[in-house]
Amino acid sequence: MTDKPFAITLGVGSSLANHTGTWRVDRPVYVTRRPPCADACPAGEDPQRWLYRVEERGYEAAWREIMTVNPFPAVIGRVCYHPCQSACNRGRLDEAVGINAVERFLGDEAIRRGWTVTSDAPPTGRRVLVIGAGPAGLSAAYHLRLLGHDVTVRDRGEEPGGMMRYGIPAYRLPRDVLDAEIARIVDLGVRLDLRHTVTDLPAEAADFDAVFVAVGAQLGRRVDIPAGDGARVLDAVTMLHRVADGQPPQLGRRVVVYGGGNTAMDAARSARRIGATDAVVVYRRTRDRMPAHEVDLSQALDEGITVRWLSTITQIDGDRVRVEKMRLDDSGFPQPTGEYDDLSADAVVLAVGQEADLSLLSGVDGVGLDGGTVRVGPDLMTGHAGVFAGGDIVSARSELASPAVANNRTAVRAEQTVTNAVGQGRGAASAIDAYLKGRASRPVPPSAPAGFERLNTWYYCDAPATVAPGLTAARRVSTFDEVVGGLDESTALFEARRCLSCGTCFECDNCYGVCPDNAIRKLGPGLGFEIDYDYCKGCGLCVAECPAGAMEMVPEQARAVRRQWHESADGGRTPGGRARRTAGRADPRRGGPAGRGRHDGGGGIRRRYSRLVRQQLLRRSRRRGGHHR
Amino acid sequence: MSGQPVFFYQVGTFAVGNRLLDPAMRSGQADPDRANALTSGHRACQGCGEALGARYVLDAAMRATGGRLVVVNATGCLEVFSTPYPETSWRVPWLHSLFGNAPAVAAGAAAALRAQGRDEIRVLAQAGDGGTVDIGLGCLSGMFERNDDVLFVCYDNEAYMNTGVQRSGATPPAARTATTPAVGDRPGNRFGQGKDLPAIAMAHGIPYVATATVADLRDLEAKVAHAMTLHGARYLHVLVPCPLGWGSASCDTIRVARLATESGLFPVFEAEHGAVTGVRRIRRRASVEEYLRLQGRYRHLFEPTRRDDVLDAINAIAEHNIHRYGLLAHPEVA
Repeated sequence: MTDKPFAITLGVGSSLANHTGTWRVDRPVYVTRRPPCADACPAGEDPQRWLYRVEERGYEAAWREIMTVNPFPAVIGRVCYHPCQSACNRGRLDEAVGINAVERFLGDEAIRRGWTVTSDAPPTGRRVLVIGAGPAGLSAAYHLRLLGHDVTVRDRGEEPGGMMRYGIPAYRLPRDVLDAEIARIVDLGVRLDLRHTVTDLPAEAADFDAVFVAVGAQLGRRVDIPAGDGARVLDAVTMLHRVADGQPPQLGRRVVVYGGGNTAMDAARSARRIGATDAVVVYRRTRDRMPAHEVDLSQALDEGITVRWLSTITQIDGDRVRVEKMRLDDSGFPQPTGEYDDLSADAVVLAVGQEADLSLLSGVDGVGLDGGTVRVGPDLMTGHAGVFAGGDIVSARSELASPAVANNRTAVRAEQTVTNAVGQGRGAASAIDAYLKGRASRPVPPSAPAGFERLNTWYYCDAPATVAPGLTAARRVSTFDEVVGGLDESTALFEARRCLSCGTCFECDNCYGVCPDNAIRKLGPGLGFEIDYDYCKGCGLCVAECPAGAMEMVPEQARAVRRQWHESADGGRTPGGRARRTAGRADPRRGGPAGRGRHDGGGGIRRRYSRLVRQQLLRRSRRRGGHHR
Repeated sequence: MSGQPVFFYQVGTFAVGNRLLDPAMRSGQADPDRANALTSGHRACQGCGEALGARYVLDAAMRATGGRLVVVNATGCLEVFSTPYPETSWRVPWLHSLFGNAPAVAAGAAAALRAQGRDEIRVLAQAGDGGTVDIGLGCLSGMFERNDDVLFVCYDNEAYMNTGVQRSGATPPAARTATTPAVGDRPGNRFGQGKDLPAIAMAHGIPYVATATVADLRDLEAKVAHAMTLHGARYLHVLVPCPLGWGSASCDTIRVARLATESGLFPVFEAEHGAVTGVRRIRRRASVEEYLRLQGRYRHLFEPTRRDDVLDAINAIAEHNIHRYGLLAHPEVA
């Protein structure tokens, strides 16, 4: 008696001898699915991965995770239109996670603390020429350098950065932030030749093993508007470039901006900052059809910019701008109405699109041009071996850079954004690396998405997004100070912890807790869980109650198991030491599901009941598409 | 949002645990060294709510008593699937006698322990709804009346499942069982019958009465822990969906229990000395139809013709509960 536990009088056997795993028709397995944020990122980032690090205050680890993909966290954290947040599953619960703001926090933290990256790859001795020091070119240079190649970047500008410097106003992207992130790339050993306009590509390429052309769309498109004498008309690209150079054009007090894209918003808001009291955007369609992003538009409206919807400029004469009202036809296309209106303006800024100057490629053997863009293959290589192109001058997105493209082949034309360019640069770097090493480049394989329907959102607390502080409108319109503030540590941490961790286990212990059969083993912090298939009955509760959709049921290979049972010589034990699959049925003491003939009082009921159980099991397994054993 | 404490984490207090939460803030079930009072190898059906509920309750009670616990079990699924001699799944001192006498046996065990001066050892009795509301009710009422120092736990799966899904006094109206078939003008179990045992227990004026479900682990654990701080007769009524008897998918056990509370059909509350002291409010209101649709025992309300009259009557029960217990966080919104 003394060796028995307290109050135990009978020597008993444990039910652990009963391997209930043999009941199973479907088995739960842990899976990792691609979250929608990662699916949507044109740069190929997986925000969920680095948010996971932020959640445990691993800011540097999170930043390094970003840096494996994107060398501009502080820039992208400001200027990206965050398609990740548009796709974020949390947006369907309360509000999307502020991924962009957390990325900016990490980028700023890295600059503040001086975190840097180093290249561990041995020098390859191969030389790559990158033409254009914009986001695509610098991203390519960064990744090529990390891979051990010798990289030279040539740009005709006074300063590196391309459109990040000359297209995006300082109130959206402060120059010290841009300078710091570019300096980090240069410090890796990238050679930067500024004020160097490449005109003869074959001659310059002779010293290099591969060339990446990423000169961007630097020319403001003109439209044919009759303009009389004295009309002051300039294009937005030129205007923004001169503002960035510190030599803003004299626009006067009343400025009309023609166009409806993000550049039109930048031009109108910059015009206010260089002295215009009145900035009017003329756009031929309606607000819901405007290509400018909602955030840019609303910030512009906050700053007192007005918009003339459904209007086109038909004539400019002196300080008079003639505007024709439009209406949308059935296909949503604007049609003239013949009604006119006059605006008075000291200057008109055209923001009606940008074009690339591709003259340096026009004489190169094999390079094909499609209108204003360069024809490239899926690996961004032009028709000329070793010459690659990317950024705003190609119309396709790189399948190498971003699963967003690999997974969503219907995406016809990429947006011309910094984020897209960074992704193109990375894709080009990996293609160039493969080319230099004589390998085929490998596209990112499409992966199963972690859609909202896979989540069990019950377990997530309600928590609305953190709002980043902003400058007051009065201070905004008079200075080029940054408009949107950053998050501090506690708000960034809060925001990261709002991440639902779609498709990735974050060790919430639900599977371990909800298993009625104790069939899940908890392996310890960071190690996750393991399923004990000796006891797992395959009920699927762990899968149903997993908040993140990081588990799924897969059919057992029922036929294979049965065949092994018949063929095996040890009386029906499967190779894994699994208990008998059918033998238990023949043994009355080893009934299947509970309640076989204990208190039923008669064989008739027992037979009916076991028929009921069989029907239930059959129906259930059919409903789930599983196999009936 | 600066008012939010920094320890906020994705799942807050709804999930079992969390890698970043302080261990003290995780549920007992997140503990890798939990008691596992009902261990693997038992013969409960796939997705059994009762097996899950029993482990939740007993692990919490073991934690609260430091392992000084005796468990008395009535006859029922819980006893049959856990102890086909010579095997047992229980890792607690466990005693089974008859179907109807568990409250009396537990009262005797408590008296015997007191007589031996071993007051620190606590007694917990458990039964299904049949053993509680029907067969054991006389003994249970006596145990309440004498205020014996026992926590009595009823795992309510709303019928006699072990013997083939016969109606019990806890079977809800319109539910199909083997003895209330879905035939005739009023298919399934009758309206206006059955017993509200938490209310009966409260009417005895015992120190503590509470209801809970397997869908809210933290609420359940807190109630067990609180009950173990009290002495005298205490009653805990736990809703445990039965995939077999309810005709629900085995993976939906917790979801069904959650919908039972979120629809208002199963009010979750606690009461001391006959007065309600706390209510778990509805967090995401669900319709009774969402709850009923998942269960084959209510299929006759939707096929072959939809029975709006019966659905309205069930909805009226939910509304009555919501009103009676104040289940909505913002009653004016209702």
